[in-house]
Formats: sequence, structure tokens, C-alpha cells
Amino acid sequence: MASTETYIAQSPDIAASTLGDDTIIMSTLDSTIFMLNSVGTAIWKAADGATPLSRIVGEKVCAEFDVAEDRALADAEEFVAQLAQHGILSVSAQPASPREAL
Amino acid sequence: MSLLEEMNQKATALGVPLSAHLDITWRCNERCVHCYLDHEGKGEMTTAEIKDAIRQLSECGTFFLSISGGEPLLRRDCFEILEYARGLRLNVKLKTNAVMIGPKEAARIKQLGIEQVQISLYSHRAEVHDAITKLPGSWRRTIDAARRLKANGVKVSLTNVLMTYNSGHAKAVKRLAEELGVGFAVDPTITPKLNGDWSITGLGISRQELEEIFHTEEFVGDVAEYCAPVSGVDDDILEGHSCSAGHTLAYISPFAEVFPCVQFPMACGSLREQSFREIWWHSAALSELRSVRVRDLHTCSHCAHVAYCSRCPGLAYMEGDFRGPSSQDCEKSYVRTGIPSAARSRAAGRVAGVASGLVQIAGVLHAAS
Repeated sequence: MASTETYIAQSPDIAASTLGDDTIIMSTLDSTIFMLNSVGTAIWKAADGATPLSRIVGEKVCAEFDVAEDRALADAEEFVAQLAQHGILSVSAQPASPREAL
Repeated sequence: MSLLEEMNQKATALGVPLSAHLDITWRCNERCVHCYLDHEGKGEMTTAEIKDAIRQLSECGTFFLSISGGEPLLRRDCFEILEYARGLRLNVKLKTNAVMIGPKEAARIKQLGIEQVQISLYSHRAEVHDAITKLPGSWRRTIDAARRLKANGVKVSLTNVLMTYNSGHAKAVKRLAEELGVGFAVDPTITPKLNGDWSITGLGISRQELEEIFHTEEFVGDVAEYCAPVSGVDDDILEGHSCSAGHTLAYISPFAEVFPCVQFPMACGSLREQSFREIWWHSAALSELRSVRVRDLHTCSHCAHVAYCSRCPGLAYMEGDFRGPSSQDCEKSYVRTGIPSAARSRAAGRVAGVASGLVQIAGVLHAAS
């Protein structure tokens, strides 16, 4: 059966730093800059290429923030698509091999 | 509020040095007539010391790192340093004269994900540029490097420092930048040498030329908006700071000394004696600097230009009082708006203050109606 999971990994083509509870990220490909809030930061930190997005949302978002899982997953998918569009996250239907994973 | 403004506001509140300028050497292969540095190389930080400084900056929250000099590529470990900084995911800009950037270097800069390469270009005419740098052939090598970097997909910006030597060349340099497909900026300020020698500021452009620059759309955008005086002064302005130096910006010299900014030679500490964190949080000099609000500036707080003046506290410091005005910025505000600054009015024996500034604004408006 084909996997319906999404796996996200941080791109090497970025600059990133923590500012309080937020994370600043800039794509070195197109210089787009983002400031992620604490929810975005939680997803970003967990983007190891090996953990499914649904698990990241369940463990890092729903467990920490008061939000329904289906709503959180929909928001996370939109967030991931936005970052992926600027080369900040890579998105795959397959988990990264242990060597590739961060 | 833009995202960058939001970041700066947050960094100020948290006391984070969001931006840092690191000169890895003051040695240079050019000898620009207006340079504010001496080119001493003795006592420069080692590779390990520089990497440690960058690591400390990163741990304190620095995101924007400018690596400069002197000519940074004169150090054999320049790429090792750039690679280390990028490995820490810093947003790195490289300031260079570019004469040492060949095909291999350009490709490496692209591969490392350097955000931007900033290059000084003094003229569209080779002989003028070379006369300023005192390095024959430098214009050709700089232009070739800019093309090379651009061809590799690296973002490049040319900075045209304005002075008597290249008077009237700014528009042509801008056109050259457009032909090359790279960014462009003018810098109308010649700053004194860090050793306190002000003689080179005599190379600065005339008031007439500065006025022309400030009233030209291709340099400043909307001229009417840029040159319009602002009469309202609210508490946000008076409770604010002149600039980010020492608040969210730090400078580290090649000799491990920490300053608020490259143009602000107020010693705050040495990385050879203390950690960056200790200096940043506990230096008496930085604490004093941070305690000063715009309302504490003895002359500028009453000036008609206080809301938008580019007052540089580093230049004011070099004039003897960082709470005082910076003459070069008084001049710029005057040239922009036609209204003398409080410092100028005081020097001329008139009553200084916002009130007198507003009277003059009213006069200008009346005359125009």
C-alpha cells in the first residue's frame, strides 16, 4: 500500500537563528525571510526527514498547544508547503535513510 | 511594521546582537585614499580565535554576519572561516574589493550560500577607480569578479562611495551596475580614521553635489517624501535610540576587540580576556550607551530633524561626545530639507529647538503656497 505520510527535512540552503521563542529563517536561494512563531519553531526543529509530519503535529503541536489534530495538521501542511516553495524545507513521501536524516 | 523591523524590535527587547560585523583583517591589497583603517596585521586573531568568536556570536543569537576587512580574502583561511560561519547557519555577507575572486572563488562563494557580496566600486572609469584604490588594474579585476559572481548566481551589490575624486560619477556607476545586473548603493559619507584623524573627511563631496544626490529620484526614491521635514515628535521617538549600534549590532576587530559598531571606536572589551557574552551583557561602555535615549541627547532631542535624522552616535563619539550631534548628519538633514539643525542654529547664534524648526517649516510652506 502506498504511503500517505509526508516527511519534511531542513534544507542546507538556509540561514537560521533563534530569537526568543521564535526562529528566523532565510532562504539563501531567494533571500525570503520568515520568522516562525513557537508552533512553527516546534515543527521546524522536528523536521528531521525521518519523522512523519502527522507524528510531529501530534507530538510537538497538539501535545503542547491547545488545538484539534485535524486542524493542526491542515495548518501544518500549509505551513510546510509555504516553506518548501522557498527551498527551506524539502518534502518527501518517503522517510530519509538514516544517513540522510539529520 | 516590516518583518525586519519586527525582528529588530524583538532583538532590542531581548538584548540580542542580531547583527555582527567581523573584520578578519585590516590588511589590504588596495590603499584607498579615503580608507578609515590603518593596515596593521600584527596581532590578528588566529583561525581558531575567529571561529570561536563566530561560535560565540551564534550562541548569543546573531543571525546577520558581515565578514569584512581590510580585504578578507588576503587571509588564507577566509574560506575556512566562511564555511564555518555557514555551518552555524549564519546569514553571511562578504564585503570585499573582489580583486582576488577568480572562477574558483566565485563558485565556492555560491556553493557556501553566502547571502551577498558587497563590493566597493568608485567609478565607471577605470583610471578614476584605480587612482582611488592606488592599485593599477583593480577596476578591471573588480568588474570581472562582479560578472563572475553574478554568472554563478551570487547576489552582488556595488557600493559607490562619493568623494571629490569621483565627483559626478554616481549615475554612471548606477547604470554600470544595472548593465551588470547587480545591486547598487551610494554612500555619501567619508568617515574619519579610527585613530581620530579627520583629514580624510576633506575628501567628501560638496554640499551642492550632496543636494543633487538627495534630490534625485534614482538615488532616494520619492524626492518629495525623502526631503520633507517631519514636524511631529512623539514619545516613541524620544524613548528610542539613534541606531542599532550596541543594541542589536556588534563589531569585532581583527584583534579580538569588541565595539558597538565599526564606526564607533568605543572600546567595550577584548575576546582575549572575556567571553563575548560577558562583554555584551556587562561592559560598562555598552551599558552606558544603552542607557541613552533620544530624549537624553542634549542638542538633538530639541532639533527639528530628530524624527528622521541619520545621526551616527559613532561619529558623534569621534567628535568628542556620543550624546551630541554628528556634524556630517546635521549637514545631511540640512541638505535634505533646507532647514538648519539645532546644532547648526546654535553654532550660528540662533535659538535652537523644535519650535524654531517649526517656524522655519511654516515659513517654507507659506512661501510655497
